[in-house]
Amino acid sequence: MKIPLLILGMALVTYLPRLLPAIFLDRFRFPAWFKTWLKSIPYAALGALIFPGVLLVDQDQPLVGLLGGLAALGLSLLDLHITLVMVGSICTVLLLQFFLF
Amino acid sequence: MSFKDPHLKLGIKTGLPIALSYFPIAIAFGALANQAQLTWLEGVMMSCLVYAGASQFVSVSLLLAGTGYLQIVTTTLILNLRHLIMSLVVNDQMRDFSPAWKSGLSFFITDETFALVTLGNGKNINQTTPMFLAGLMVTAYLGWVSGTLVGGLGASFIPVQITTAMTVGLYGLFIGLLVPSARKSRSFALIAVLSMIINWGLGHWLDRGWTIVIATMSAAGVGIFIREGEE
Repeated sequence: MKIPLLILGMALVTYLPRLLPAIFLDRFRFPAWFKTWLKSIPYAALGALIFPGVLLVDQDQPLVGLLGGLAALGLSLLDLHITLVMVGSICTVLLLQFFLF
Repeated sequence: MSFKDPHLKLGIKTGLPIALSYFPIAIAFGALANQAQLTWLEGVMMSCLVYAGASQFVSVSLLLAGTGYLQIVTTTLILNLRHLIMSLVVNDQMRDFSPAWKSGLSFFITDETFALVTLGNGKNINQTTPMFLAGLMVTAYLGWVSGTLVGGLGASFIPVQITTAMTVGLYGLFIGLLVPSARKSRSFALIAVLSMIINWGLGHWLDRGWTIVIATMSAAGVGIFIREGEE
């Protein structure tokens, strides 16, 4: 068993995708449609990160993630600071787990 | 460089919620790594060098199941491919930075730092400068690494309820960043919802690493057409 070797391999394949744009982005001039694509990516990425992942936080009880997510949705509609939205969803889930599940 | 640098200070402050959420999750990771026969040092080394939470949990679970190294590395690659797309966007924001800053800061791109850097504009983030990003990213990083150390040394038991709550907290970060930005533009909101649907649909056939990449790229691709004429 050579765990450090495994870790180095994982480190390499993880840093490479992160690094490539830092090296190559400058060398290209991008057409307008590419810029629009780039601008849309944060919204698309966050959509994909949120759903359905949020339902799988507690494998046995999808309601935990769902209600925590809905709490965050409600709080963010109030235009609260991001930290408060996070704290709100954390507290919701803690209370749910404590009293219900 | 000094800790009085206002950009650095603001960056640290902005990254703190991420660091505090990472910390207990990383404790859980450190403890799980111990179970998989990793020493505390190897666990910390993985967090220092790989620094990608989901793939670290998966790799340790695979180790426990006796999976071969090559397969673990391949799984890690697929699971972390999404960072390539995220890094494209972040590096587009860092165009004026020196190559060393760009390569260095790119190492610290995670789902959470990406979300904060790209959609935390206005109220949550005021400027994109090297020192601001360094403060934000290194703070988040230290939360992850120090948590791993605590979990690995103590082999301590973090109640699963805490880990679950903190993980939902990270979803709270995503939601709290996405919703206000998407409210300002109907087409961006549509792109986000479309991406959710694609990601969920593909999840029936493909692994999560692929579904997020494909959903992100294609939903943003639709954005090219529906955003035509806007701005």
